[in-house]
Amino acid sequence: MTIAEPEAVGEPAEPVEPLHRQLGLTDDELEAIRERLAGRQPNELELAMFSVMWSEHCSYKSSKPLLGTLPTAGAGVVAGPGENAGVISIGDGLAVAFKIESHNHPSAVEPYQGAATGVGGILRDIFTMGARPIAVLDALRFGDPADVRTRHLVDGVVGGVGGYGNCVGIPTVGGELVFDPSYQGNPLVNVMAIGVLEERHLTRAAAPGPGNLVVLFGSTTGRDGIGGASVLASATFSDADASKRPSVQVGDPFAEKLLIEASLELIERGLVEGLQDLGAGGITCATSETADRAGTGITVDLDAIPLREPGMAPFEVMISESQERMCAIVRPDRWPDVREVAERWGLPVAVIGRVTDDGDITVTSGGAELARIPAAALTSDAIVHQRVARAPEHRRAAPAPGAPTGASDRLPERGMDPGAVLLALLGSPNLASRRSVFERYDSTVGTDTVVGPGHGAAVMRIKGTSRALVAATDGNQAVGVLDPHLGAAMSVAEATRNVSITGARPLGVTNCLNYGDPTRPEAFWQLTEGVRGLADACRALGLPVTGGNVSLYNESPAGSIAPTPEIGVVGLIDDVAALVGPAFVTDGDAILLVGEATSGLIGSSYAALAGTTVEDGLPSLDLVREAAVQGFARDAIDRGLVESAQDVSGGGLAVALAEAAMWGGRGAAVRVPTSMSPAVELFGESPSRIVVTTTQRHAPALALLARQHGLPVETLGSVGGDRLQIQLVGTSSTGASEERGSTIADVLDVPLTALRHAWDHGLTRALGWGN
Amino acid sequence: MPVRIGVVVFPGSNCDRDTLHGLELAGGEPVALWHEQATLDGVAAVILPGGFAYGDYLRAGVIARFSPVMRAVEAFAADGGLVLGICNGFQVLAEAGLVPGALLRNRGLRFLGRDVRIAAERLDTPFTHGLAAGGAPLRMPIAHGEGCYYADDATLDALEAEGQVLFRYVDEEGGQAAEDDREHNPNGSLRAIAGVLNAAGNVAGLMPHPERASESILGSDEGLPIIRSLVESAARAAAGERPLALVAAS
Repeated sequence: MTIAEPEAVGEPAEPVEPLHRQLGLTDDELEAIRERLAGRQPNELELAMFSVMWSEHCSYKSSKPLLGTLPTAGAGVVAGPGENAGVISIGDGLAVAFKIESHNHPSAVEPYQGAATGVGGILRDIFTMGARPIAVLDALRFGDPADVRTRHLVDGVVGGVGGYGNCVGIPTVGGELVFDPSYQGNPLVNVMAIGVLEERHLTRAAAPGPGNLVVLFGSTTGRDGIGGASVLASATFSDADASKRPSVQVGDPFAEKLLIEASLELIERGLVEGLQDLGAGGITCATSETADRAGTGITVDLDAIPLREPGMAPFEVMISESQERMCAIVRPDRWPDVREVAERWGLPVAVIGRVTDDGDITVTSGGAELARIPAAALTSDAIVHQRVARAPEHRRAAPAPGAPTGASDRLPERGMDPGAVLLALLGSPNLASRRSVFERYDSTVGTDTVVGPGHGAAVMRIKGTSRALVAATDGNQAVGVLDPHLGAAMSVAEATRNVSITGARPLGVTNCLNYGDPTRPEAFWQLTEGVRGLADACRALGLPVTGGNVSLYNESPAGSIAPTPEIGVVGLIDDVAALVGPAFVTDGDAILLVGEATSGLIGSSYAALAGTTVEDGLPSLDLVREAAVQGFARDAIDRGLVESAQDVSGGGLAVALAEAAMWGGRGAAVRVPTSMSPAVELFGESPSRIVVTTTQRHAPALALLARQHGLPVETLGSVGGDRLQIQLVGTSSTGASEERGSTIADVLDVPLTALRHAWDHGLTRALGWGN
Repeated sequence: MPVRIGVVVFPGSNCDRDTLHGLELAGGEPVALWHEQATLDGVAAVILPGGFAYGDYLRAGVIARFSPVMRAVEAFAADGGLVLGICNGFQVLAEAGLVPGALLRNRGLRFLGRDVRIAAERLDTPFTHGLAAGGAPLRMPIAHGEGCYYADDATLDALEAEGQVLFRYVDEEGGQAAEDDREHNPNGSLRAIAGVLNAAGNVAGLMPHPERASESILGSDEGLPIIRSLVESAARAAAGERPLALVAAS
């Protein structure tokens, strides 16, 4: 094996790093490996296998103790963390499988293939469970949109997501696109996939039954992605020979499409005992994880593996991350049928090993044993590190209780016209229309898309039923960078709120935790706080976390990313005909605001535009209030009282109203009673607020229902016309009623056409894309 | 008894299930036809569905035309059988020479997935006879990277003279979209052509997806009449009646 050759003779002698360090393993980890091999020194092949399986990506060695604190139990959960995807029952014998995963580092190196293989990987996680994938959502984060490098990354990543998803025929129906300076050197590509299965077809990634065959099918195994995602960030291969290839894998969506059909046919016909896709760690990961889950062992015959090219070293075969491969555990009598299915779909297929009862992963070639490692040592008994968490010394915290807040933001005292601010926000890269991105995706293939990308949560009907799945992703880095606990909790609140306001009941949460180097105490503190916020919010909202992925080391020479917990939520609506959208529906409808603004502009789009001062605080989140708002929304929709529902988030109330107006093609005239500064009232992003419309006849009942849920509610005005008119109406801080009605700011009054123009062109202009 | 209509499944087809579902909605009996089979199992009409047949590597549709089932489809078409290609199916038909013209990369060089409006040029064909006369434009999605319809001027003139232009991209009012009107003719098709007929009138290609616009819950059911027209025409053919359209060409 040629991982590290000493420098050629004649070169000045440089100390050569021991192999384990070249592979990203520490001296302590080598010692821990020896312990698990009964004191024996691992050979080079074994060391390579450990290096991928003990990588952060495969072992969760830094995050495992934290993840154990997440709530995972919930009604209908049939598969949770530890499986390829979470699975939740949705009635009638059906279940939904869903998961979100990152492909950040590969996308930073090669954006098109990095993103494409990210889609491929998460789709495999879904159909490995026996579910047919029905939707993809992509959450993408980049640095400055005006930067040439960013534009290259955006174009490549969007092209890769589309290129793969469009070809494989799974619609891309939602997600996020966020620009923040902290992602300048380290973009985030998080992809969520959703599938539907008959519960009786739920398939586990386990290798039961000694004597069963281990079958590899799909693409052949090549040198692409050696070390891939698993060691990309932490090890440098220093060999100078010609085999130096990009560590980024190359995707083949056509092969994936065949793999989906073949895998689902194998499952539906009951031909496999277990199924596992090959991702990070390749054959090593697939065999050790399936064996460990079943308490068995597997012996792999290297000579039986179909290779893409000759002369591959054993370690290359064992850790290759060639894409579009599956590993099936098959009873010997079913092998002919399995082979027939794979070959009919044009996929190479081979028996590459057998399930054993010795608990070891054994690698053989030509009859010789090349490696033998306990399966548990590679997976469930992998090393766990107790990292040190320490809050940074200088950080902006929320203002002390009682400290005056909100009085300091000076709109329009800063000389800003609120209408101009609204137009600037609607045209800003983070709030403008994403159409130029999502129309590069096929969002309608599959004929299930009821609501595609662009207008709130995505809605996918379930054929043959009256039901629909509702999905959203959200991640708040702008608050999280100052308060990672709050940022994570707000991410959960917003994603679930987006699902609840359609009338759907959130079923569960999947998460992609994007953080920095866990060996830095400050970054590990951010992760710790983020997980705590995630757990607190999920508990308060009664939701299980059913799985996800952790992506650490998201740092570049420019610094660490803002901590980014990307939250994916799936909900269920029983009668899709009762679905409610965010757009205004009918002229004359009453507009109500449920929930109330609280101070704190930090982290808002307004703050990004106008700047903040030391007195500006963070928003606050009351999880009990949040649960009440979401419960109210579902209740009200259930009673048929709601025509439209829109949450107040990015850009605040003004942007929420503007979006509902633009999307509905009708204006609105509202008066907003206000006790705080105009900026907070119009553009603040404090959570737990929704704008609902209803018929005038139902407005009193809707307001009453909100109060019954313990929520503040105001009737703001009504839908109609071709302008958005917002008037702030003062209430004194003492609450004196005579103060009501005094105007403290000019009316915001903008024609819909102007809103539309700003919103339509903001992103293409920021990215320099032609139409 | 519903008439049996075949949907060819190439490796990489990804609208086959959608098309089978659409046929059911239109009252037909959908039959999946595998790309390796040499016969069409006695179906009364064939749809080549959308997708990326054989990965569309090299060029869309160029490999699929050589598959065994396409020999059967060619013979079926030559015999007057009804064949509809949708999206990738249109590309395959064009590569196979079963319909005139070619589908080039979209003018903007990017894949485009969005709603368009199309209008039928004629209602006396097996694919359009069920559409309402003088009706509003039909709204349905496109989703393709290579959908820019191209033929030389002489061919285009001949197609128009012979009534072989089946659908055009139009604006909200039904006016033909200009070639540079990216809003209404997003792929930049020449003369805004979205669908064509062969000379005999029994083979049609269409870039937009009527099967994705076959239920109001999906935002539009304006594509369903196209599929229903095919189903009804196929039923007539199966009953030994002369298909409607051969009229035009004879």
